[in-house]
Amino acid sequence: MASSSDNEEVRVLGKWASPFSNRIDLALKLKGVPYNYSEEDLANKSLDLLKYNPVHKKVPVLVHNGNSIAESLVILEYIDEVWNNNNNHAFLPQDPYHRALARFWCKTLDDKILPAIWNACWSDEKGREKAVEEALEALKILQDELKDKKFFGGETIGLVDIAANFIGYWVSILQEIAGLELLTIEKFPKLYKWSQEYINHPVIKEGLPPRDELFAFFKASAKK
Amino acid sequence: MGSKDVKLLNFWVSPFGKRVEWALKLKGVEYEYIEEDICNKSNLLLELNPVHKKVPVLVHGNKAIAESFVILEYIDETWKQYPLMPHDPYERAHARFWATSAQQKLGKEGSWTALVKSGEEKEKALNTASEVLDKLEEEIKGKKFFGGDNIGYLDIALGWISYIIPIWEEVGSIQIIDRLKLPAINEWMTNFLNHPVVKDSLPPRDKALDYYHLSVKKHTPN
Repeated sequence: MASSSDNEEVRVLGKWASPFSNRIDLALKLKGVPYNYSEEDLANKSLDLLKYNPVHKKVPVLVHNGNSIAESLVILEYIDEVWNNNNNHAFLPQDPYHRALARFWCKTLDDKILPAIWNACWSDEKGREKAVEEALEALKILQDELKDKKFFGGETIGLVDIAANFIGYWVSILQEIAGLELLTIEKFPKLYKWSQEYINHPVIKEGLPPRDELFAFFKASAKK
Repeated sequence: MGSKDVKLLNFWVSPFGKRVEWALKLKGVEYEYIEEDICNKSNLLLELNPVHKKVPVLVHGNKAIAESFVILEYIDETWKQYPLMPHDPYERAHARFWATSAQQKLGKEGSWTALVKSGEEKEKALNTASEVLDKLEEEIKGKKFFGGDNIGYLDIALGWISYIIPIWEEVGSIQIIDRLKLPAINEWMTNFLNHPVVKDSLPPRDKALDYYHLSVKKHTPN
């Protein structure tokens, strides 16, 4: 589909297996915004990546109207603010306090919860027990926040749900490879139920990378 | 809304809490300051921020908000006078990007690491800091503040640079900011420190030096 002008073009530099990159795919799909996607080889960074994200040299990067934005949570808020008419799905509520809560949980996901789970899945024998304990603690605090809501955003997918794609989808794959039981229906029934709603959501489902390919990718990384 | 309605739990030397103080002062919001001993955390703190158990925490009525950058945006959205964030979505994204990136790369990975490590790790950390500073120099060139003529969100978010980095430089006998190579940053630091809201808000320098001397000792591997 041809864009009306170069300025309208939305471009994403990403990595298909990265949950951070995937957040941007999910967000643009939820907003119904068409975009051009370029797959980045992080072992061989493109000139465009170095130009658009000179500070971190990482994906994802969003390019819109000639401007580049990096850092997935920053990009998500940008997307929410730019594509914000009534027909677009809003990621953040209007009320300042609930917006603050959503931002807090996004940051907590990235600073505390994702690292704890990632460490547990890649831990060696020595550090395993402690790492698993911390991962379970992290999942518990996340489930406590979800309470009885369908999504973290309430009835609809919100900013936290998008940011929690790693929890909803990646964790099940990584824990299987690691031989761990972290997010299970027995241990975290509410969070597990949320993950099922999440991956079956019509837009999210189309936006997630294929499970078997993701499994193969991380299994290969595990061997190294 | 009197001062009883807004409270700030903070630790006297914390640069994270200092940001919140500056934002509240710029907006003329009255608040009650509650000092928290982070080595002996109060039940109040554990109740208000059970997830991270850290300061700063802003209490507004019956709401508690943690994480300094989250608090800044809450303050800006709640009290509309003296807007801190830019209007344009790209400018906002740009400011948010620099706030967190500078904290991570210039602060944690750069300056703090240079302070507590030695040898190759120290060199690498100093280079990381220098790279970020070069980019910030380009960002501030031609402007009095990152926010333009007046202090804005990004000035508040980066303000720690103007008083914490010089303290760390003294504690570690290192140079993080080459003031001759970075004249625009140097001038911004002076302008920022002279701003009425900032000037009398800083922790006592000798007390801060003592604190960081001790802190570095604790964090330096033997």
